Amino acid sequence: MMLFLQQLVNALMLGSVYVTVAVAFTLTIGILNFLNFTIPTLFMLAGMVGWALSYWGLPFGLSGPLHWALALAIGIAAAIAVSLIVERFTFRYLKTKYGDSTEHAIPLVSSLGFLLIVENLVRIAYGTEARRFPGPDANMTLDVGGILVRIPQLVSLLITVLIVFALVQMMKRSRIGRGLRAIAENPDAANILGIDTKRIVPVVFMLTGLLCGLAGALFAVNYGEVAPMMGEDIGSKAIAGMVIGGLGSIWGAVLGGLCVGLLEMMTVHFFGADTVQIVVWGALLVVLILYPKGILGHHSIGKGKL
Amino acid sequence: MSGYLAGIIAILSINVIFAYGIFLAVASGQLNLGGAGFQAVGAYAAGWLSANLGLPVALTLLAGAVVAGLVGVALAFPILRTRGVYLVLATFAFAEVVAGLILNTDALGGAMGMSVPGYVEWQVPMIGAVVVALLVFYLMTTRFGLTMRAIHDDEDVSDLMGVSIRNVKVAAFGVGAALAGLSGAFYAHNFGYIEAQGFNAMVSIYVLLYVLLGGTQTAWGPLVGAAFFTLLPEILREVLPAAKEVVVTLFGGVPDGSRPDESWRFVILGVLAVAFMAIRPEGLITRTMVERLSFRRRTAPGMKEATE
Repeated sequence: MMLFLQQLVNALMLGSVYVTVAVAFTLTIGILNFLNFTIPTLFMLAGMVGWALSYWGLPFGLSGPLHWALALAIGIAAAIAVSLIVERFTFRYLKTKYGDSTEHAIPLVSSLGFLLIVENLVRIAYGTEARRFPGPDANMTLDVGGILVRIPQLVSLLITVLIVFALVQMMKRSRIGRGLRAIAENPDAANILGIDTKRIVPVVFMLTGLLCGLAGALFAVNYGEVAPMMGEDIGSKAIAGMVIGGLGSIWGAVLGGLCVGLLEMMTVHFFGADTVQIVVWGALLVVLILYPKGILGHHSIGKGKL
Repeated sequence: MSGYLAGIIAILSINVIFAYGIFLAVASGQLNLGGAGFQAVGAYAAGWLSANLGLPVALTLLAGAVVAGLVGVALAFPILRTRGVYLVLATFAFAEVVAGLILNTDALGGAMGMSVPGYVEWQVPMIGAVVVALLVFYLMTTRFGLTMRAIHDDEDVSDLMGVSIRNVKVAAFGVGAALAGLSGAFYAHNFGYIEAQGFNAMVSIYVLLYVLLGGTQTAWGPLVGAAFFTLLPEILREVLPAAKEVVVTLFGGVPDGSRPDESWRFVILGVLAVAFMAIRPEGLITRTMVERLSFRRRTAPGMKEATE
């Protein structure tokens, strides 16, 4: 029983990384109807840039190795900057010419292009192997009635909860949030009613960069290791979480991300680590075929042509 | 013929067959981001039959295509209920499940990979690629090709005109899966060794980009796309070392003077993907371009004057 509870706590901690990335996915798909494949790369970029700055310091010999917290902050800034570049080249060019059935995928395909660009540039610059990240001691633990909780993970979980809550409040109450929801509902009508789509859409990408960068930074601190391919695994599980929770719903992504964390932990517990890929992706496939709406999603998303 | 050139022709042929497989799905309006999954099914079917039952290569190649095709059809029925983003995600998830299953099946070698007996020379995939290309070119001129095009351009109107959307989509998806499986079978027999990691998500992304950048309106597209990106590293061999130093300095790393890896080719693929989607989303080779180049002007007399 104790072991089971410990696994449950571990699942919650693991799930919180997925939650942040899944929220980033669901935000772009819910508002812009755009499956943004650069998200795993942004996650990786924050971690890798953070590592490089804390290992080598700024380029051109401008400084020595930086403190890990500062390095990660710059890493997050880099993720936001790249996300805005992605906006410039994927979303702004979305002009449907013929309206045929694969044309709505244009931003998706350019985001795949960006995925290749950023990931391979990072590989060229920093090498392909995993690197040890010099963060705080990730093994500081808190003993709660026999269950061990790692303090950095607990802090990450709190930050995740805070961010999601702030995001939901922003979407609900602020002017920008109302504008974004209007765009999600109907971009043309929003435009006519005086919402400046060109200025408000970059906000989505800034948020995406922020969420992914933060997740990457928290991951680097918690696991003490970064690698150029770390985004693929997290990104794919976040996608699974988003679909299970329902496309376009922030709370759905939270629920789905936690579900995937739980599913992963249970699979490892009962069947071993090798079968995680089958179970998580199999669950995704089943949900997509049988219940594409997900737990909290709306049916309209992902079908219409933007 | 040198072994080096033979290797390039073999991989070029395999990529061309693979690209045609994905092309058939995309040309009928279905973005298939699970190419690597079907390729893996074909490769492992051929490899297993050849290693365990000792079937002749001609049969295992056929079996690779048939098994992948059947899996494709079986998957197509439930998956085609989904569209747009959901279809992309479902095919992607399928490829991940296949890779996971292979990794966990001891009979297929698991993570150790599997060596495949029955080596085929480069000529065999090349002949295969030529046959597949001719087949797809022919297919695009038939009524079936026309209905594929109609569904791609406007599904609702095709439905109104009496096109059996579902049958055409399943057939195109299934034949495409069979071609992807065939490319996997050629790969298994030409390289003699297969492992699940060789069929990862990136492979699916690359092949979809070859097809989309080449253009999905005509059968020339995948041929040009696959050929260009397979031959690109050979062209770049000279230019790369200098470019690598620049990037390493910009990113703050330490130049080590080692030879640049394959990554460059994918950076260029990515840049071209972004540029094409922004400027020419229909791909390099379009229908009008082919008509113009072959002097087959279809425009009615007087049309030119009218537009001027």
